[in-house]
Amino acid sequence: MPQFAALLRKDNQPVRYLVVDDSVFARKNIIKMVELFGGEVAGEAGDGLTAIAEFNRTKPDIVLMDITMPQMEGIEAVERIVRQHPEARIVMVSSVGYQENILAALQKGAKHFVQKPVKPEVLYEILRYVLGDDPGAPGAPVALAGEHRA
Amino acid sequence: MRMDLIQPFINAADAVFAESLQGPTRIGDLSMEEGVYRRKGIAALIAIKGDIEGRIILDLAPEVASRVASVLTGSEVIDNDQIVRETVCELANMVIGNSVTLLNDQGYTFKVFPPEVHSSDEGLAGSADTEAMVLAIETSCGSIFLNIAMHHLARRRRERGLAPVTL
Repeated sequence: MPQFAALLRKDNQPVRYLVVDDSVFARKNIIKMVELFGGEVAGEAGDGLTAIAEFNRTKPDIVLMDITMPQMEGIEAVERIVRQHPEARIVMVSSVGYQENILAALQKGAKHFVQKPVKPEVLYEILRYVLGDDPGAPGAPVALAGEHRA
Repeated sequence: MRMDLIQPFINAADAVFAESLQGPTRIGDLSMEEGVYRRKGIAALIAIKGDIEGRIILDLAPEVASRVASVLTGSEVIDNDQIVRETVCELANMVIGNSVTLLNDQGYTFKVFPPEVHSSDEGLAGSADTEAMVLAIETSCGSIFLNIAMHHLARRRRERGLAPVTL
């Protein structure tokens, strides 16, 4: 596994992640990666409904959200979270990577998309971008208050 | 047999196994399933609905599934059915997700359902309107079998030309 410089918040605290996937195995894999990036797991959820509750409870810096899940799918959960919290930063993580899905997720407020199987180096670059850590990237978002480059 | 429908599954499975298991893969035997499918070991089933409807079963012998789980979790997995089943389901999820992505690029639209452990010893057989085949992919962990049974809803695609259908 490659080494990565830690992605930190402006207050030098670890970035807090909410990991949403109906597969425990997939969540563990993602958690291993975010810990490798110096992050901290704020919460986990196995479906969209639980993800909304966990978002409200934990107020994570980043949500990593699967799409195909029971009860409520990821795209609907994104819509509901962003409606309540427009500042939410959500990255979709799914094996289903066709354009309609990606566009639907982005239209509902997701910031980015990464296709499974997830390569750590790809997720790392996407997280840097979404955290506003790569100002050279076209259209890079401005870092939110309380955060800056790691 | 519509190979244009089957090929994306073969390509996706090959790519996902090579990437996930970090080793070489080889497409092995491919056969049409004329009788009822018989499960070989630990299997996950994913249903798809849309322009093409059916189901895909990813099937691994127990010792192969344990080896795959060990590689994917980064630690040796012995006698842990829960982790092994989770691994097989997630592997199936990645293969099917990548397959439908490729098929979507060809203009087909789908709804993919979450994987479930396939515990029945038998599966859907091929029929007049259902393409069914079994494919073995050789990996560094052993053979992984894909059993694909599906039918192409040509009528739905024609209708969609008149009235768009959204996912």
